[in-house]
Amino acid sequence: MNLYDVASKLDATILTPKLDLSRQVYCAYGADLLSDVLAFTRPSTLLLSGLINIQVVRTAEMAELGGIVVVRGKPVHHSLQELACACKIPLLWTELTMFESCGRLYQSGIKPCIKDAGCDCHVCPSV
Amino acid sequence: MSAPLCKKEFYIQKFDFEHAGKAASDARKLLMDYGFDQQIVRRVAIAAYEAEMNMVIHGYGGTLILEINFEYIQLVAEDNGPGISDLKLAMQEGFSTASDEIREIGFGAGMGLPNIKRCVNFLGIETKPGRGTVVTMRVNLGPDAL
Repeated sequence: MNLYDVASKLDATILTPKLDLSRQVYCAYGADLLSDVLAFTRPSTLLLSGLINIQVVRTAEMAELGGIVVVRGKPVHHSLQELACACKIPLLWTELTMFESCGRLYQSGIKPCIKDAGCDCHVCPSV
Repeated sequence: MSAPLCKKEFYIQKFDFEHAGKAASDARKLLMDYGFDQQIVRRVAIAAYEAEMNMVIHGYGGTLILEINFEYIQLVAEDNGPGISDLKLAMQEGFSTASDEIREIGFGAGMGLPNIKRCVNFLGIETKPGRGTVVTMRVNLGPDAL
């Protein structure tokens, strides 16, 4: 599923329209704890979060995430959009709750963020 | 020991949440410019970011030094903080002394040092109460990178 499809599934507004939203996402992680995001995600993971501070974008940048969905309609400051654009992290915004956002994506085939069978690298989480 | 191929220092200010993560971001871009493998870059970037956030939150600011060597990439985070009184406890997932304010921005879950350990091949911590902390992290390059 690409990020246009994600936006459609979540009735989401695209806050970084200049970025490439054709990139595919296969797994997602819902969290407001950023160290958990750093520990348990894989590159290209889609993050769903209620956080709207700049650290959510910095975290996505370091962990090479595929994009961020800000849930439950929290107001996003322009500076967050600017940083997301600068870091090339697509940013979506939905009024749906975390629960419903995750539910819709799971129902559409997006997987949880778990380690691939047979992968013994340091990066993939072991959960 | 031969001189590093590249050495870069970043200065971290305490409680500067507006710029927190900028040093790790700049370090990451530098490694990408050097053409390092994506997984190596990601591991160094996450370790650098956690170390930077620790310095912002707990360490009263400090210096993050990135060195690129032939065998490994090294990060040294040297802070001006109160030191870690119980290092064994600090290494446990879930243990944190962070305030509610820090937790509200998404940190303080007690995953910082365990996350760093997860990403690096070598982690050395020197700390003395009242005299700050020096965290040395290395990610190997070459065949023993993982």
